[in-house]
Amino acid sequence: MMDNISHSHEGPDPHAPRPDHDDTLTHHKRLEIAVRELLIEKGILTADEIREAVERMDARGPHLGAKLVAKAWVDPAFKARLLENGSAAAEEAGVQMDQPTRLIVVENTPQVHNLVVCTLCSCYPRMVLGIPPDWYKSRAYRSRAVHEPRAVLAEFGTQLADEATVRVHDSTADMRYLVLPMRPKGTEGLDEAGLAALVTRDSMIGVTTL
Amino acid sequence: MTPRFTVGAQVNVRPGNPPGHIRTPFYIRGKCGTVERICGEFRNPEELAYGRSGEPKQVLYRVRFNQKDVWPDYRGPAKDTIDVELYEHWLEPAP
Repeated sequence: MMDNISHSHEGPDPHAPRPDHDDTLTHHKRLEIAVRELLIEKGILTADEIREAVERMDARGPHLGAKLVAKAWVDPAFKARLLENGSAAAEEAGVQMDQPTRLIVVENTPQVHNLVVCTLCSCYPRMVLGIPPDWYKSRAYRSRAVHEPRAVLAEFGTQLADEATVRVHDSTADMRYLVLPMRPKGTEGLDEAGLAALVTRDSMIGVTTL
Repeated sequence: MTPRFTVGAQVNVRPGNPPGHIRTPFYIRGKCGTVERICGEFRNPEELAYGRSGEPKQVLYRVRFNQKDVWPDYRGPAKDTIDVELYEHWLEPAP
């Protein structure tokens, strides 16, 4: 047998080497390289500006949404503004929005549970959650979240009270959605930063609760 | 542009099946719902997709549907809903 089935990086997890998947120049990879190099060659963008843009995109993540959620939990006036006009309230809290899309924040209550999906593609509130998880973009999630949301929630381990209404939001155009989860019990002593640390990405998509 | 429909209005989604880049999901065509909110005016993505201007802008609505009206086999309480963003040219007044 091959002697490289298992090897060690001096860590606790010996594992077989996996093949590289980044060595095939696909159509879209080639297109990206060609367009990027042309933009630089023609002086429209610099390589540094492209790197900065990638860094800005990479810097966005669920911590931004969590900050808004925690602030809404401790500040009722901010919460009212966030539900009234998500984009304006988020910018007020220092979270930059994307144009022309607008942020709609939907609130979970004991009576209403919200779930976000984009059936057409994978529209996602990147300005507050960053890059979407792979499952969010899968055909299975996109088709099942609208048709059998309660089964999808159960698979995520989410049990709802019988009297709760499920509201699905299909992000088909220019709105982006952030779920405001319910504040967990027993968190009265936590400050805003402590609360933000409890808020998960999935709870802000609405597939889980806290 | 004055919105043709007000919040709370009953609307039907046109049942058409035109070719091209369409933002109205197939499953919602021909269904009846209620305007939940008016989102504002946006350039028409069905035109933008082909490099055209997308003007004149279209009013965008969020329309709320009862799941039981959308899926005859829906398994869940009758009060469950789905909200979909729809452009004005896809909507007609419900009779």
